[in-house]
Amino acid sequence: MAEEKKPEFWRWTETNWVNPEVEWKKAKYITVGIDVGSVSTQAVIVADGEIFAYGNMRTGSDSPNSARNGLNFALEKTGMPESRIDYCIGTGYGRVNVPMADRSITEIACHARGANFIYGPQVRTVLDVGGQDIKAIQCDDMGKVTNFLMNDKCAAGTGRGMEVFSDLLGVPIIEVGERSYEVKQEPPAVSSTCVVYAKSEATGLLRKGWTTGEVLAAYCRAMAERIYSLVERVGVTPEFAITGGMAKNRGVIGRLMPMIGLEQAKTKWDTQIAGGVGAALFGYALCQKGKGREKK
Amino acid sequence: MISAGIDCGAKTTKVVVMKDGKIVGKAKVLTGFDQNKAIMDAWDLALNNAKVSAGDVKQICGTGSGKNAVKSCFPSTRDLVNDIKAMGKGANFLFPKARTVADVGAEEGRAAKLDDKGNALDFAINEKCAAGAGAFIEAMGRALETPLEQMGLLALKSDKEIPMNAQCAIFAESEVVGLIHAKTAKQDISKSIHDAMASRIISMIRRIGVNEEVVMLGGVGYNPGFVEAMRRQLSIPKLFIPEEPEFGMAVGAAVVAAEED
Repeated sequence: MAEEKKPEFWRWTETNWVNPEVEWKKAKYITVGIDVGSVSTQAVIVADGEIFAYGNMRTGSDSPNSARNGLNFALEKTGMPESRIDYCIGTGYGRVNVPMADRSITEIACHARGANFIYGPQVRTVLDVGGQDIKAIQCDDMGKVTNFLMNDKCAAGTGRGMEVFSDLLGVPIIEVGERSYEVKQEPPAVSSTCVVYAKSEATGLLRKGWTTGEVLAAYCRAMAERIYSLVERVGVTPEFAITGGMAKNRGVIGRLMPMIGLEQAKTKWDTQIAGGVGAALFGYALCQKGKGREKK
Repeated sequence: MISAGIDCGAKTTKVVVMKDGKIVGKAKVLTGFDQNKAIMDAWDLALNNAKVSAGDVKQICGTGSGKNAVKSCFPSTRDLVNDIKAMGKGANFLFPKARTVADVGAEEGRAAKLDDKGNALDFAINEKCAAGAGAFIEAMGRALETPLEQMGLLALKSDKEIPMNAQCAIFAESEVVGLIHAKTAKQDISKSIHDAMASRIISMIRRIGVNEEVVMLGGVGYNPGFVEAMRRQLSIPKLFIPEEPEFGMAVGAAVVAAEED
């Protein structure tokens, strides 16, 4: 039977990067944070508290392999042997399945700590929109969590919900943001909360003659409203930072920010690595305190 | 006295014709995109089935998510009945001893505690989330590449207990795919799906309180895997399910129509 290969619209580019300004050989402590999320995995290598390298890739069907692949991917361009790593912390949804980790820390703590680093210590509210959950976190100037709210029960407003729509409409996920602004007039938001029902609603809208751009606009607005309802409950204190993959989706964030009424903090770093950065920094702090791995 | 109840639901539209407290005819059609057409089609079929003419019907009541369309088809309809009232009256008519009723349709689930006349004393409703509606099993059937009619029968063959972590239908779909990859038997996955769905409905029923006789209405009542999961989790010997459970609300609407005359 001939089978047509379906294009995978949800796919995004996997990246790895190494910081040419950091000399790992001179570093006292090399620590690693591996954030195994439901959709993506990031391994971040930190040399004495500076980001040295990272790898960002899709989570496979089993977490131990994902952690391993992520770390290999991060090490790829560094030329550094894995044995040089002093401490490794696992975080994220699959944190208990990181075989090389010395310990694990929740992703809430890691995202706050990571946002504090990649956005700066002025950050007080961190919104993390990941593949399968949304977290709104309040933190202090050290990146310590003071309060948080999380939705991990429902796909509405999460990256997974967006993937379902990019698949339904045949628009690659990385183009969703741009395409959602290709409308003459901003349509009202999709009214169904549940992604399953939103799909039927979108099919109905297409049938009524809406363009793909209009349906995307309506869904991005619904996502923004959903995310806003969570952020609003935890409260917004400036500066406001967004981490996770959704931070890269202009269609959603561009509609969310006017609801919040604040400027979004800016960063040169990939927003997806925040959790991994936080984990690696926690590892660095442990090493500095002499609580690292016992030297053999 | 002849009355009719019209339940325009998310998936199907049902019409029940009653004469002097007895059901004399009924019909069901797929709702599709044109609610008005579905209502008129079901209406004609039901009248034919009941062998009465439109002029003989003294009172009509509409209910279901498309109840406003019923009003536009039959402007003389005096009142529309909300879903809870239609469900309670329907359950009371079909099983007079019923005090707890759950109705699980394609896109909504609801449960109510009833008095001896079928009036709701308390109720809970889910119309926002596919996790507690027929759409959940339909979506899982797609992931499992199993026709909906087979899903429940498949579940009955299994005695394994595989907990489903996800509540959300979207997340559950990934979980089902994961189970398929782990070479879990289809029947075990199907049972896990039905157990998860039943526990969603039961948590809704428990919020309003469970009585000995639980009546189950709505199209999901046809699904033997779901009914068995409900019975097992409620630890009751049996659920009271009419022969054609999805007509429950239309029956209720017809009862209300007759009352109002």
